[in-house]
Amino acid sequence: MNTLIILSALGLLALFAEIFRFRKGLFPLILVGLAAAFFFTAKEYNNPQVFFGMMNFDNYAVVFSCIIIIIAFLWFMMAKNYFLQETSVTDHFALILFSLVGAVVMVSFSNLTMLFLGIEILSISVYVLAASDKSNVMSNESGFKYFLMGSFATGFLLFGITLIYGVTGSFDLAVIHTQIAATNEPSLALAGVLLLLVGLSFKSSLAPFHFWAPDVYEGAPTTVTTYMATVVKTAAFAAFYRLFSTCFAGVQGPWTDVLWWMVILTLFVGNVSAVRQKSVKRMLAYSSVAHAGYIAIAIVSIGAASASAILYYTFTYSISTISAFTILFIVSRHKGSKDISAFEGMAKANPLLSFAMTVAMLSLAGIPPTAGFFAKYYVFLTAINHGYTLLVLFAVVAALIGIYYYFRVIIAIYFKPEQQLVPIKVGPLHRTVLIITTILTLLFGLFPNLVLGWI
Amino acid sequence: MPTIALLIITFSTAVIGLFIPIRYGNRFAFISSLVVFIYSLYLFVTFPISADYQYVVDYPWIQSLGIHFKIGIDGISILLIMLTTFLTPLIIFSVRKSEPRPRAFYSLLLFMEMALIGVFVSMDGFLFYIFWEIALIPIYFICLLWGGRDRVRITLKFFIYTITGSLFMLVALIYLYLHTPVQHSFDIQALYAAGKSLSARAQSILFWFFVLAFGIKMPIFPLHTWQPDTYTDAPTQGTMMLSGIMLKMGIYGLIRWMIPMLPLGLSQNAEYVMWLSVIGIIYAGIIAFTQKDMKRLLAYSSIAHVGLIAAGIFAFNMQGLQGGVIQMLSHGVNIVGLFFIVDIIQSRTGTRELPSLGGIRLKAPYLATVFAIIMLGAVALPLTDGFPGEFLLISGVFQYENIAGAVAALTIILGAVYMFRTYQNSMLGETSLETDNFTDLTAAEKAVLIPIVIMVILIGVYPNLFLKVSEPAIMKLLSGI
Repeated sequence: MNTLIILSALGLLALFAEIFRFRKGLFPLILVGLAAAFFFTAKEYNNPQVFFGMMNFDNYAVVFSCIIIIIAFLWFMMAKNYFLQETSVTDHFALILFSLVGAVVMVSFSNLTMLFLGIEILSISVYVLAASDKSNVMSNESGFKYFLMGSFATGFLLFGITLIYGVTGSFDLAVIHTQIAATNEPSLALAGVLLLLVGLSFKSSLAPFHFWAPDVYEGAPTTVTTYMATVVKTAAFAAFYRLFSTCFAGVQGPWTDVLWWMVILTLFVGNVSAVRQKSVKRMLAYSSVAHAGYIAIAIVSIGAASASAILYYTFTYSISTISAFTILFIVSRHKGSKDISAFEGMAKANPLLSFAMTVAMLSLAGIPPTAGFFAKYYVFLTAINHGYTLLVLFAVVAALIGIYYYFRVIIAIYFKPEQQLVPIKVGPLHRTVLIITTILTLLFGLFPNLVLGWI
Repeated sequence: MPTIALLIITFSTAVIGLFIPIRYGNRFAFISSLVVFIYSLYLFVTFPISADYQYVVDYPWIQSLGIHFKIGIDGISILLIMLTTFLTPLIIFSVRKSEPRPRAFYSLLLFMEMALIGVFVSMDGFLFYIFWEIALIPIYFICLLWGGRDRVRITLKFFIYTITGSLFMLVALIYLYLHTPVQHSFDIQALYAAGKSLSARAQSILFWFFVLAFGIKMPIFPLHTWQPDTYTDAPTQGTMMLSGIMLKMGIYGLIRWMIPMLPLGLSQNAEYVMWLSVIGIIYAGIIAFTQKDMKRLLAYSSIAHVGLIAAGIFAFNMQGLQGGVIQMLSHGVNIVGLFFIVDIIQSRTGTRELPSLGGIRLKAPYLATVFAIIMLGAVALPLTDGFPGEFLLISGVFQYENIAGAVAALTIILGAVYMFRTYQNSMLGETSLETDNFTDLTAAEKAVLIPIVIMVILIGVYPNLFLKVSEPAIMKLLSGI
């Protein structure tokens, strides 16, 4: 609850900053506020609190809130410069902070109404942010598309919630869990579960509900795309797992079968489409679809280890993604292009950028000793443990396709002839972000226990 | 502790090497790899003749998953560590002064040495996999940054090929891990026990997963198609690393990990792999005979040699395994020497095409002599290093199956044909336009080749020096099944 209060207060503060003209001081205030939010959230670890049967701050919620705050912290450091050029910087910061409130609700709900509220609080802010580059048609299209498709998904979600309520007579997760197994309307319950699955798959961009993702990701400003690919995805999967593990783990059969096929589809659609992209941004968008497939493997094989698998995967994936997007942001601003050719031959003049990008790409491709490897390994372990060996074999093949396009970036950086030897200027904040993300990627790869042991 | 020291020295020198002033880069890398060699020589000399692991270090790494940082050295691994640490200084010393970005090059070579040693000492399945994959990263960059004309396509093909095998191995390892008793463990003994407890069918499937991983690395026919291109296009030092040491990772993996784990899988399927290996021997031997490019020729000769080693190992008897171990050493020594000679010829004449060479013996008698000795080693003349290995291997295969042994023995003839042809076309005859101004070996080149020649003769004359070290470990391996 501390987290929610602090984040909401920060959001309001950001709005006031515009009125009372302390825009300059806002950024450090937010960082301090996020650090405080982290501290007070972490204090609730091992001290579960339930609020009116609506929210349950158990360890799962606390840990996911913490990593969401860490990712948001890195995100703010990355995005500061971009938004300072805009006039309405405070609005944007406020929107992000409010959407973080939604994310925290999504990881801590114990009632379906709260799940719905969390998703909406998160989404509405992001709809606006996606269209925040007002003079850019692409950005407008992106925001509009996201809003339209998102509303549909919300409709599905609500419909699902209604059916589940009809079957069980409750919004409370614990009651649903006991009622749904004993229901005498199994087909109605199944319809509800599947509709919820559709709604959440949309939010976490699982195929075939992923069609919005590439366009929205590409059109939105790079910083907002980063936010969508990291915080939103983490929150969506945390909510996904929380709902399905507490409510529907007992009625596994049908929905795991559906999800099984969706995972296969996601893995191949994401990876195969990414291969053909020229734009690194669009490539990363498809790669984020593909990664959703890997994370969803942990939900298919739902069990005791799934939570930490999702935690580890989303966290390390977010860190590498922030790193990759930060570099893309720096490079595209310097070269005026988001294409892969913008990266050509940058190794010599920009060793830090090149190294950080290489580590990020290796991690996304899942090569040891980076964190991305262990993330995939742990998901595969969970899946084989539940007998989904065939699914893992498909995922292995998909990972091989992934290596191809991630390595295209590495090849461009190191191999292609030097375009220009002028070093690209990297601001101190970006530099810090890159150093932190690179170190964390290697550190978590070598010592996964740092993340795993918490839930 | 000595095992950790080897890893730490190589890793830290690889990092420090990046920041040494360029002038000292070469000396620093060479001396540090020499220190590692001397240290491992000391380990080798004092190594007890015993079947047990020595210098075992065991730290919990990811405790909740039963993953340990467990390393140790037994009679088989000490020989491969010796091979690695013996060849790395030579490879580093053979780098030409004109190489661009020398510091990164040396660092990658040292980093690779670390990963290779790591593969040979791991006693934990997960750790083994990590080192196995890490070894791929430096060689990828070595090939990508310093390779030949078509390097982007070829190195990517190489990378994807090898990682395909690796990922299947990962799936197999996870499967075995989940069959260890609860509180699962990746410990090598636990994995052995888990593998043996599986049904014959499961073992067979895992067997093929492992064959895919190790067979691509070695490579076994028909998984070899990445190899000639990569060897040809990689910079000479990269090729030396790949052929001299890295392919031994695959063979080592077979001996250490796959065979003891899957006895039923082996007994049911070994015959198929054996025949693939034998086909590879003949196939690569014939193709080598038609090659004009010396590097490509050596690449195919390497497939032939490795095919024989694989056949010997899948025969799974004392002769086959001991032959495989000793042949790993001699093949590593020979192939590095031969690739270096090709590099010398290419740097002098600008070509490595056999038809445009010839008559080098007249201009460079030293080089011709050294080449002759190493070549005789490669064709397994008695008293050179190829002989004990090939003899043991062929007799091992022969015991397993007469016909396979007979076909595999053709390698002696084929090897002699293509190697002598190479020698004849490059060294003998009249000088050509390219070889007219050929100068003999420089002191630095001699410094690389003379240790290799010494090893060629040492292994040939007194193979027991090495065989007796690996014998107890192999006895244990054989009795374990």
